[in-house]
Amino acid sequence: MTALRVLSAGPGVTVQDRGRPGWLGYGLSRGGAADALALAEGAALLGQSGDLAALEMAGFGGTFEAEADMVIALTGAPMRAAAAGARLRWNATHHLRAGQRLVIGAAEAGVYGYLHLAGGIAVPEVMGSRAAHLTAGLGAPVAAGDRLPVGEGRAARAGLGLDPADRFHGGRLRIVASAQTALFSPAERARFEATGFTRDARGNRQGVRLTHDGAPFRAEGQLSILSEIIVPGDVQMTGEGTPYVLLPECQTMGGYPRIGTVVPDDLAVVAQAGPGARLGFRFVGLDEALADWRRARAGEAARLAAAIRPLVRDPAEMADLLSHQLIGGVTAGDDLGEEE
Amino acid sequence: MPDPSSPDPAGRNAAVPPPAGAGGAGPAQIATMGLGGILVRFSDRLDDGANRAALAFRAAVEAAGWDGVEETAASLGSVFLRFDPARTDAGALGERLAPLLSGRDWYRAALPAGRRLWTIPAVFDGPDLAAAAGLAGLTPEAAAAELAGARLRVLALGFAPGLPYMGPLPAHWDIPRQTALTPVAPAGAVVVALRQVIIFPTPTPTGWRQVGRSRFRAFRPGAATPFALAAGDEVRLRVVDADELGALAAADPEGGGAVAEPIG
Repeated sequence: MTALRVLSAGPGVTVQDRGRPGWLGYGLSRGGAADALALAEGAALLGQSGDLAALEMAGFGGTFEAEADMVIALTGAPMRAAAAGARLRWNATHHLRAGQRLVIGAAEAGVYGYLHLAGGIAVPEVMGSRAAHLTAGLGAPVAAGDRLPVGEGRAARAGLGLDPADRFHGGRLRIVASAQTALFSPAERARFEATGFTRDARGNRQGVRLTHDGAPFRAEGQLSILSEIIVPGDVQMTGEGTPYVLLPECQTMGGYPRIGTVVPDDLAVVAQAGPGARLGFRFVGLDEALADWRRARAGEAARLAAAIRPLVRDPAEMADLLSHQLIGGVTAGDDLGEEE
Repeated sequence: MPDPSSPDPAGRNAAVPPPAGAGGAGPAQIATMGLGGILVRFSDRLDDGANRAALAFRAAVEAAGWDGVEETAASLGSVFLRFDPARTDAGALGERLAPLLSGRDWYRAALPAGRRLWTIPAVFDGPDLAAAAGLAGLTPEAAAAELAGARLRVLALGFAPGLPYMGPLPAHWDIPRQTALTPVAPAGAVVVALRQVIIFPTPTPTGWRQVGRSRFRAFRPGAATPFALAAGDEVRLRVVDADELGALAAADPEGGGAVAEPIG
């Protein structure tokens, strides 16, 4: 099986897919890509299943070398990327020729960037998933010397791009009530909604810590709460009264009071908020949140597919550019106005 | 602008009256969690009846196989259902949960079938043994003897994969967590707090006090049975010294010399 060789990798590079559901009752959280939308965008760009695994890169990528010709896609937090000395556009598909090096640097916005291979990354499944779950001891960070096997896949097209939903600069998050919301007084909940938070430097795939000016948030009887099941999106108030938003690799039980749960479609905003990003919360009713969620699901695949369009080709690679212009007087396709 | 004092305008966070004879542990409460979760809470305090109820009720929900329910989990005193909001909703599931809840006295349910008694070798030389013993009003020697003499029950698996919450210990073991976290307790560490004992399956930051260590691996990724323990199992800690524990672990790298036998 052909592979992508890892020559160097940042400290937070792991193989991720949609995670490992079904083990919650045993204490193993689902895990999977921190930004599930980025996984779906990569699958759409490559025209392949959203169940395939990709490389998740927290903050910084690495240097890779193709053992054979392959097509790749880059999504999620935009990072500086180049192959064979030429800058590669993010949110796009590209050829990587045998022997070519792919260099992915630091994130320019957001946290988690994704490198997808046409055919997926075919590391063996463990307990139904290829996703590394480091806190559980499943898998390991990708490191220099690793070979990432490329799965069998249909031919994918290089030169496609998409415009991603901006989720890399924080924002106001929709939150629904949960089983412990009532432990917070109405005044405390109103203060929570009115408070602006900053994403702390402390954050990882388990969750992110937020800071704020003002008094800590308190819940009734918060020191004697019996541990219950917790889920990604839950907003825990830690002992110091600051919120901690849980992400896919969170623990499965906890005894900190939870003021509510961020809706699934806003969770990528939390994951992609870099240190210093501003975040806020807005309670929405469950019916409204469900209606929004169902509307977002209906036609999601069609919407992603529609967002994909051919990139304007690099003139250096475009031998027939002159003839296009001489003959047509305008560029040949419908790609005018799509330059960066 | 939604009114934050009305967290669930649809009114689905409701209490179900306790069955006759449920004692002080009821009523069970049903609450939504996110868009695809329901929590059935039998008690908000550590309670034997609520734990029996949680284990038995979870098994009943699993057996019911309701459409749209993707997985379930029991904690110390509650049951969580994760469902696909594209296929069902909290209202429809609540209508199925209510009659199941009121149909019998879950607080007096039998423990799960197929339980096992585990004997797990441990060395009682933890860095916090003296402090934990002091909080329990015991000498370190007496504390170790009590912990080793207790027949613990696995009340829940959770937090980390395969991690057993075991207890309850006698009331004088109702000692608080430490306010400062221990950065990492090693895999196999035996820790105590809140009338409970945990054996960590993976290296874990903790506020619990480490009284001893085992070489028992509660989570064995890749094994045919990745999770060694099940809720309802019972556990006895057997006192060994460091040399014996080392020899046991050399012969049995995953079990650390643990032995399981069927109960009943």
